[in-house]
Amino acid sequence: MPANRTIDVDALTRVEGEGALNLKIKGRKVTDVKLRIYEPPRFFEAFLRGRHFTEAPDITARICGICPIAYQMSSVHAMENACDVQVTGSLRELRRLIYCGEWIESHALHIYMLHAPDFLGYDNVLQIAQDNPKIVQKGLQLKRIGNELVTLLGGREIHPINVRVGGFYKVPARQELAPIEDRLKWARKAAEETTRWVAGFKFPDFEQDYTYVALSHPDEYPFNEGRLISSSGLNISINDYEDNFIEEHLAHSNALHSHMKNGRTYVTGPMARINLNFDRLSSSARKAAKQAGLKIPCRNPFKSIIARSVETLHACDEALRIIKEYTPPPEPAVQVLPHAGTGYGCTEAPRGILYHRYTISNEGNILDAKIVPPTSQNQGRIEEDLKHFVEENLGLSPKKLTWQCEQLIRNYDPCISCAAHYLKLNIEREQA
Amino acid sequence: MKGLTGSHVLVIGVGNEIRADDAVGLHVCRVLKGRLPDHCNVVENSGDGANLMELWKNSQVTILVDAVRSETEPGQVHRYEAHQRPLPATLFQNSTHAFGVPQAIELARAMNQLPQTLIVYGIEGACFDEGVGISPLVELAGRKVAESIVHSISHNFSIEL
Repeated sequence: MPANRTIDVDALTRVEGEGALNLKIKGRKVTDVKLRIYEPPRFFEAFLRGRHFTEAPDITARICGICPIAYQMSSVHAMENACDVQVTGSLRELRRLIYCGEWIESHALHIYMLHAPDFLGYDNVLQIAQDNPKIVQKGLQLKRIGNELVTLLGGREIHPINVRVGGFYKVPARQELAPIEDRLKWARKAAEETTRWVAGFKFPDFEQDYTYVALSHPDEYPFNEGRLISSSGLNISINDYEDNFIEEHLAHSNALHSHMKNGRTYVTGPMARINLNFDRLSSSARKAAKQAGLKIPCRNPFKSIIARSVETLHACDEALRIIKEYTPPPEPAVQVLPHAGTGYGCTEAPRGILYHRYTISNEGNILDAKIVPPTSQNQGRIEEDLKHFVEENLGLSPKKLTWQCEQLIRNYDPCISCAAHYLKLNIEREQA
Repeated sequence: MKGLTGSHVLVIGVGNEIRADDAVGLHVCRVLKGRLPDHCNVVENSGDGANLMELWKNSQVTILVDAVRSETEPGQVHRYEAHQRPLPATLFQNSTHAFGVPQAIELARAMNQLPQTLIVYGIEGACFDEGVGISPLVELAGRKVAESIVHSISHNFSIEL
């Protein structure tokens, strides 16, 4: 290996957001890994102070163009928690339904447009489209159906406006949901095919001893509610999140990094959910996972693309179930009257748990806000993965090593910010 | 183009409201809503590529406006006939998502899903920091682009408004 080798890659594309990664390798050791990210929630926490509690869903939805529903859901649950209101019945079901739409569209985007090219040896989805347009067409169609579901319930697909504290501004009649049923049946079939397709990819031989963290509910695969559990035995109310997870500011990033109180990094997202809640997937999703060879527990992060495909199938099944059983609620929202207090919300965004905490006044003005997005929780673990993966694969050519580092980052579908740019990847090598 | 009416035209303004000048595409949409008749489709969008492809798939003439960051002066307007050739690779890197405007255009081109005419206006931004509000020069450029769009719809495309 030549001494003092530096590998510079202009851009790591296909990651949501902006940021940079620097890797330093000395001999056979990775001496430094820094994933520098720029994160908008900090700005939003300040922006929310002084605003009325009913404004939180619409304001926080703007943090992310890919997962606005997650932000809306975590904020409405937190506000309702602060005001001692619980939303049940059909309204709760509609919340799960809109979340299904977001999972379908976000997962389809990541599987087909962003992650699949890594496994197929292409630079980007454009090259797949040139060789096999039908595959890309299927991914786009799947994503579109997720978007349609979000639009149907959210009023519009980007930054939906129909979600409010207490429920919705307007709820659909039964017949309004009927047209999407056939679309979802197609999506369900496409998700099964997607799972079979990605199961045939070649996965790097890489396993780690992860701590997985996800919501867990006794009766359902988690979207909106549950206790926070981990693969190392944690089982807490979401209200106790900040007693168990710590955010730390690191000099190289203006985003906060999260870790567990014992100092360990952890993983949230599809791999955590599927490992901790496998028995609550729909029966067809479980079957598809088994046929795809996904063994639980799965500790190979590259297989997250299988987990995402299985979850897409589950989201289609769950959406179809909800539509079949749907009876419109008597009112589009329950009344939520503010009083001074603090409320907590934690829901499962496509990328993992999204925690919100708000303190409001008697008049309903927001006095304090805290938002912890999934990517800042996964960030520490991404850095550890990179360190171990590079040390185990130093024999790879610089080009292949760089490519697989990018692929590894994309295992986590990181949403680094919602506003721009690309991740610069620099690998610096020097002889020990 | 003969026989086209305003309903064959789609104007898409791409941007993020809370990233200062990144919102200029949205600003252009709002100006146009007062200038174009209701049957012209004027749509605000966050720049999600798959969504853009869906929006323009049945349109004959699409005009897209987005903020750009290159080395030119703030307020500088770049105009591209994207149905003819790809956008400059580095210009639109501040699109909201990795699968954004240039990727959507090229994917649509590869899949024969581009509108017959796709005009892209890129307006050079000065500030992309978090915050609401567009810089005066960029705001002015947005107004000029809106005027140019109205003119081009009625003259270049001979579309009756």
